[in-house]
Amino acid sequence: MWIYEKKLEYPVKITKPDARMAKIIIEQYGGGDGELGASLRYLSQKYTMVTPQAQATLNDIGTEELAHLEIVGAMVHQLTRGLTEAQIKEAGLDPYYVAHGLGVYPSAASGMPFTAAYIQSKGDPITDLYEDMAAEQKARSTYEYLIDLCDDPDVLDPLRFLREREIVHFQRFGECLNKVTDYMNENRVFYMKNKSR
Amino acid sequence: MNRDELLKSLMALDFMAVDLGMFLNTNPDNTEAIAEYDRIIKAADEVRMQYEENYGPLCSFRSYAGGQWRWIDNPWPWSACANPDFEKERC
Repeated sequence: MWIYEKKLEYPVKITKPDARMAKIIIEQYGGGDGELGASLRYLSQKYTMVTPQAQATLNDIGTEELAHLEIVGAMVHQLTRGLTEAQIKEAGLDPYYVAHGLGVYPSAASGMPFTAAYIQSKGDPITDLYEDMAAEQKARSTYEYLIDLCDDPDVLDPLRFLREREIVHFQRFGECLNKVTDYMNENRVFYMKNKSR
Repeated sequence: MNRDELLKSLMALDFMAVDLGMFLNTNPDNTEAIAEYDRIIKAADEVRMQYEENYGPLCSFRSYAGGQWRWIDNPWPWSACANPDFEKERC
């Protein structure tokens, strides 16, 4: 089960609302390489994972992704709080506003709602770990593109933290892949043909 | 320590615990990391207790209520005012 803790994993303290940044940061909330997809991917794959190391890793990284989802949600919320109608229109946030107001909704920057079709849970440990490593790299690239398009230190700071976590998670999944590959290659058949005949 | 200082310290300690715990999942034989993990958990426990005594519960169904239901009290973590100010790397 899960226990909620009444604090963020990393602080988000944004002083200036910015409709344009909110419009693109939502990508990491409900987009294809976002945090919601990441948490659902790992927390769904854990059931058929093998080796204690890899099972624990999927469970714990999946859990940390939920904390990242809350960080990204807090960023979108603080970036949109108190926006004027003129600011909404100027930044092109009006299609989002007409559907969701200033609510935080899991969609991509393009407006496409979140879908489980973004993720896979294949029931094959090797296949799943390769997907997970690719997912961490895709999320890192997305954070880097967001960082390219941002000049507010209040926003850059949590974006940099989240980017760094993608790199650490990639490393942990790589270590799992080594362990699981060894496990799959172990000879578990003890019957040997009698060659003395 | 005031609320911001306690929270900042707890966030830092809890993050170290998350990161080290994850490292230990794939490196469970690293005794140096295990000792460091326990040291951090102990330090975080002390800060968490001090925070909760003064500023209310942090965990749903794990923290003591202490005679009054402060769980519903503002601020929630997603508001800017709930978060401590970290020294930011300027760009």
